[in-house]
Amino acid sequence: MEEQEKLARFQERIDSGQKIEPKDWMPERYRKQLTRMISQHAHSEIVGMLPEGNWITRAPSLRRKVALLAKVQDEAGHGLYLYSAVETLGVTREDVINEYLEGRAKYSSIFNYPTLTWADIGAIGWLVDGAAIINQTMLARGSYGPYSRAMVRICKEESFHNRQGYEIIYTLAQGTPEQKQMAQDALNRWWQPAIQMVGPPDDNSPNSAETMRWQIKVESNDVIRQRFIDRTVPQAHAAGLTIPDDQLKFNEETGHWETGPIDWDEFWRVVKGNGPCNRQRIQDRINAEREGQWVLDAAAAYAKKQGKKQLTLTE
Amino acid sequence: MTSKEALYHYVLKMGDSSLIMGHRLSEWTAHGPVLEHDIALTNIALDYIGQARMLLTYAGELEGKGRSEDDLAYWRDAAQYRNSLLCELPNGDFGQTVVKMFLFDAFQVELHEALSQSPDEQLKAIAIKSLKESKYHLRYSRDWVLRLGDGTEESKIRIANGLEAVWMYFGDLFAPSEGESVLVSDGIVPETASLRKRVEETLRKTFEEATMAVPDFDAVMQEGSQRGIHTEYLSYILSEMQSVTRMHPGATW
Ligand SMILES: [Fe+2]
Ligand SMILES: [Fe+2]
Repeated sequence: MEEQEKLARFQERIDSGQKIEPKDWMPERYRKQLTRMISQHAHSEIVGMLPEGNWITRAPSLRRKVALLAKVQDEAGHGLYLYSAVETLGVTREDVINEYLEGRAKYSSIFNYPTLTWADIGAIGWLVDGAAIINQTMLARGSYGPYSRAMVRICKEESFHNRQGYEIIYTLAQGTPEQKQMAQDALNRWWQPAIQMVGPPDDNSPNSAETMRWQIKVESNDVIRQRFIDRTVPQAHAAGLTIPDDQLKFNEETGHWETGPIDWDEFWRVVKGNGPCNRQRIQDRINAEREGQWVLDAAAAYAKKQGKKQLTLTE
Repeated sequence: MTSKEALYHYVLKMGDSSLIMGHRLSEWTAHGPVLEHDIALTNIALDYIGQARMLLTYAGELEGKGRSEDDLAYWRDAAQYRNSLLCELPNGDFGQTVVKMFLFDAFQVELHEALSQSPDEQLKAIAIKSLKESKYHLRYSRDWVLRLGDGTEESKIRIANGLEAVWMYFGDLFAPSEGESVLVSDGIVPETASLRKRVEETLRKTFEEATMAVPDFDAVMQEGSQRGIHTEYLSYILSEMQSVTRMHPGATW
C-alpha cells in the first residue's frame, strides 16, 4: 500500500472514532507525538511527587500524613502505569527516563514551584490535580488505546486527590486567622501557574494542530483552561477565598469567568528551565536514580547466583 | 503501678516505635531507589503509621486524660517519647534502611505473634491486624538483606556497614516498658526479653544465608529509650514533625 493511502485510511479510522492499538500501523509523527506526550506525562507524575513529598514529615495531623503519603504513592503508580503505556510505542522506560534526567524531556512546569507552607499541599491537590483531571478526562477520549485507557484509570484517583486537596484548603480557610492567611497566600502563589498549566493559548501551541487532527487531544488548551477556571472560581468563593485577579469577572452572556491577562512570559521562562526549582527537581531525581543503580545491580547479581544454584540442584 | 497505667506505657512504646519508624521510612517517599521500591517503602511507612494511630489512640484511652492520637504524637517532647532507639536512627543508604527494618521487623513479628494471644481484647485485635503487616514487612526486608548481602561487592560492603551502624541499638528493642513486670505477672503480655532468642535465630539464619558475618549478640548495646533517654536524632525528628502543629495551638486541620 502506498504511504499516502495508509495515511488516508489511518485518518479515516481516527475520524470514525476507532482506537489505535500498539500493533496497528501508525504514521511516524503520530508515534513521535504520543511518545513525547506520554513520557512528559509520566515524568510529571514522578516530579510531582517531590514538592508534595516535601511536606509528608511535617503534615499537621496523622490523618493528613497518611492521606498525603497515599497520594504521593498514587502518583508513583501513575508514573509506572504511564511508563508502561509509552513502552507500547517501542521505546524503553530507561530511554525516556534518561532523556528526562539529561534535561532533554519536559514535564509539567508547575512542579518547578516550591511548596512553602502546609497550605500548598491543599493548593496542589485542589488546583493542580483539578486542572489535571479536566485535561485527562479529555485525553481519555483520545485515539491511542493504551493512553486513553491509562487516563480513565488515573482520573478516578485524581478526583480523589482533588477533593482531598480542596478539603485541606477549605478547612484552613474556615480555621484561625493565621490558617486562613496561609490558604489565601497559597492560592495567590499557585493561581497563575495553575491556569497556565494546561498549556499555552492555541495560537501559540506548537503541537496542537497535529495532535488534534489525530485526536490525541480532542479539545484545545483554551477550552480546557476555561473549563478549569469556571469550575475553580466558585470553589474559591465557597471557601471564602479571593482569586488573585482584580480583573476577574463573570460574563452573564457567555456564562464564563473571564480573567485578566495571563503571564505567558513567566510560563515560558519556567518551561525553559528558569523556574525556582527546575534544577533541584532534576537533581533530586538524578540522586534517586543513582541510589537505585547499585540496588538494581545487587538484585541482578543475586538473581543470577540463585539461578545457578537452582541449576546445580536440578542437575 | 496499676495494670492500666502499665499498659499505657507498654502501648506507648509500641505506638511511638511504629510512628518514628514510619516517619523515617516516609523520608524515602519521592526519593526511593527505583519507582517500584519507592512504592513499596511508602506502603510499609503507611502500615507503620496506621499501626501508630491505633496504638496511640488506645494509649490515650488507657491514660484517661482525653488525649487523642495527635495530642500524643504532636505535643510530647523527646524525653516523653518511648520508641525504641533503633527506630530513630537515620536512614543512611538503602542498605542501612533495609537492615534497620529487618531488625525491627524480626522483633515485631515475634511481638505481634505473642500479643495475638493477649487477654486484653483491644491489644489482641491490634496485634492480629499488625501481624499480617509485619510478616509482609519482614519478608520484604529479609529478601533485601539476602539480595544485598549476597549481591555485588559494593552491596556487600554497603549492607555490612549499615548493619555495623545500627547494631548497638538492637538490644534496646527488648527493654521493658515502665511497669512491664506488672503486665507480665497478670499474664497480659509476654516478657519482652523472652522474645530475644527467637529474634536472634531469625537474624542468625538470614545473615548466614546472606553470606554476611553474623553480628556479636553479646556486644555492648545502647539503651535508655524506656526512661526517655534517646539519641540526638529524635529531637530533630520531632521538631520537624511537630513544627506546623505547634505553630498553631488549638487549630484543626
Ligand atoms: Fe497523577
Ligand atoms: Fe494526583
